[in-house]
Amino acid sequence: MLTIHNLQKRFNEGSHDEKIALRSIDLTLQDKDFVTIIGSNGAGKSTLLNCISGTLPIEQGDVLLDNQNVEHLPEHKRAKWIGRVFQDPMAGTSPTLTIEENLAIAYSRNTKRSFRFAATKHRREFFKSELEALHLNLENRLTTKVGMLSGGERQALSLLMATFTNPSILLLDEHTAALDPARAELITQLTKQLVDQKGLTTLMVTHNMQQAIDLGNRLVMMDQGSIIFEADEERKKSLTVQDLLNEFKQIKGSQALSDRMLLEA
Amino acid sequence: MLGALTGAVEQGLIYGIMALGVYLTFRVLDFPDLTVDGSFVTGASTAAMMIVLGYSPLLATIAALAAGFIAGIGTGLLHTKGGINPLLSGILMMIALYSINLRIMGLTVENSVGRPNIPLLQSETLITKYISFIESLGIPTYYAIVVGALVVVAVVKIALDLFLKTEVGLALRATGDNKRMIRSFSGNTDRLTIIGLAISNGLVALSGALIAQYGKFADVGMGIGMIVIGLASVIIGEALFGTKSIVRITLAVIVGAVIYRLVLAFALRIEFLDTGDMKLLTALIVVLALVLPTKLSKLKKQALRKQQVEKRGGVELANHS
Repeated sequence: MLTIHNLQKRFNEGSHDEKIALRSIDLTLQDKDFVTIIGSNGAGKSTLLNCISGTLPIEQGDVLLDNQNVEHLPEHKRAKWIGRVFQDPMAGTSPTLTIEENLAIAYSRNTKRSFRFAATKHRREFFKSELEALHLNLENRLTTKVGMLSGGERQALSLLMATFTNPSILLLDEHTAALDPARAELITQLTKQLVDQKGLTTLMVTHNMQQAIDLGNRLVMMDQGSIIFEADEERKKSLTVQDLLNEFKQIKGSQALSDRMLLEA
Repeated sequence: MLGALTGAVEQGLIYGIMALGVYLTFRVLDFPDLTVDGSFVTGASTAAMMIVLGYSPLLATIAALAAGFIAGIGTGLLHTKGGINPLLSGILMMIALYSINLRIMGLTVENSVGRPNIPLLQSETLITKYISFIESLGIPTYYAIVVGALVVVAVVKIALDLFLKTEVGLALRATGDNKRMIRSFSGNTDRLTIIGLAISNGLVALSGALIAQYGKFADVGMGIGMIVIGLASVIIGEALFGTKSIVRITLAVIVGAVIYRLVLAFALRIEFLDTGDMKLLTALIVVLALVLPTKLSKLKKQALRKQQVEKRGGVELANHS
């Protein structure tokens, strides 16, 4: 469960280039909620995710994970609750380590690391069974260095690594945006499958309106650091891309659409 | 000549421990740590000081390792908590250690001031103890040190290999590989960097302690250029044996250290070269090791392209006729 209350974030505070990235964001995710966030460039979507994960410090407001305020915890301590997949397929894995070693690192996300061997026989079996769910034949390449994998394979592995220890919240930051359409579709399907299977609470940022509609049970639209539109479970079921464009037009005025709306339909 | 060769192999193996330390920072952590020049001497001077003061050589060697470990923590703190860049953190620690090393060796004189060197000619060291043990068994001692050094360096190598496969070891490797990733999996990159630097400099100091006992002296200047020697060993080893797996690389690094010593031993047999030229030779070896592989692969590619063009040309000619 995730609760965000009155979250604010500025960049370059006090200088000429001061930019308000987030203005008073309120958002609550109940258990097993899957919320998709859409918005144009600079809407504050990624900033929001980075404030939750602790990559960026929070100036004002609260972030609660499982009812615990994590505001003062550094990134690596918050990671206990958070699974993350980045936009860059290279960012979520360690290239000189093998597949099983990467999985072993992910495996100890919410336990204290010690001087035990990381890839034990018992764990290897578990890794294999988890990898089978990806249908990429990675379960037979456990000792391959991850740097040898394709972008799609690496992103699928990142997704598995972020989810298989059941995080309290899964943060997906445009994790299909850097892939070709076929790979993106594969990762989208896997996301759906893994989130459903494990019943994960998920917050996904995307550029792609169709993807935002297809996935998840709630939808949030952001613009210039604010949430401008929310669709609950009921509303989202009947939502179309055209509805979203209309909503945006209505809220921002029609002239805003032409130059500001850089979303992909 | 054979004596010089045996000596080179003995030294190469002991310096191999230092090279493993350099490998850990340079390659695994991706942290160019220059502390090595200082921590090598810290190991040597700590061991020499304690031996002269009458402590057991084994205890002195362990203390040397611990001293290097602490030096590494120092560099790590400068970088992670002080926000100083890696190169500068290492240089600062190295310079600081110069004075500290003088002080450590100064502990052997009554009025406790700095001292630039300690001879161990008359002292009982790990080496003399080991040799007299072998003698007592009635075995000839000619290759005793080679075998002994081989065992020690093998133990260190295997321990390092195993460590790099533990949970902490994996996290350490990922820290050098992808900081963002390991942070997102609860890895404290600051702490991991400090652990890596500490282990690395511990190994370097252990190597220094053994070299001091092997050469029967510790000197404040004995660490100059040590980092370059370590790097030379790593590069030579990797160039010859590749970087396929950790087990293989660590072996390659040790062999690289031995080859480096052998090359040096041969070079010094050339008439006009003097021991003072060793650092210049070292620098040249590293430059060659850095430049050659890239130049060679370029030449190979060019040759390959030429070949392909000729082949194609040949086919066309054949078609015409």
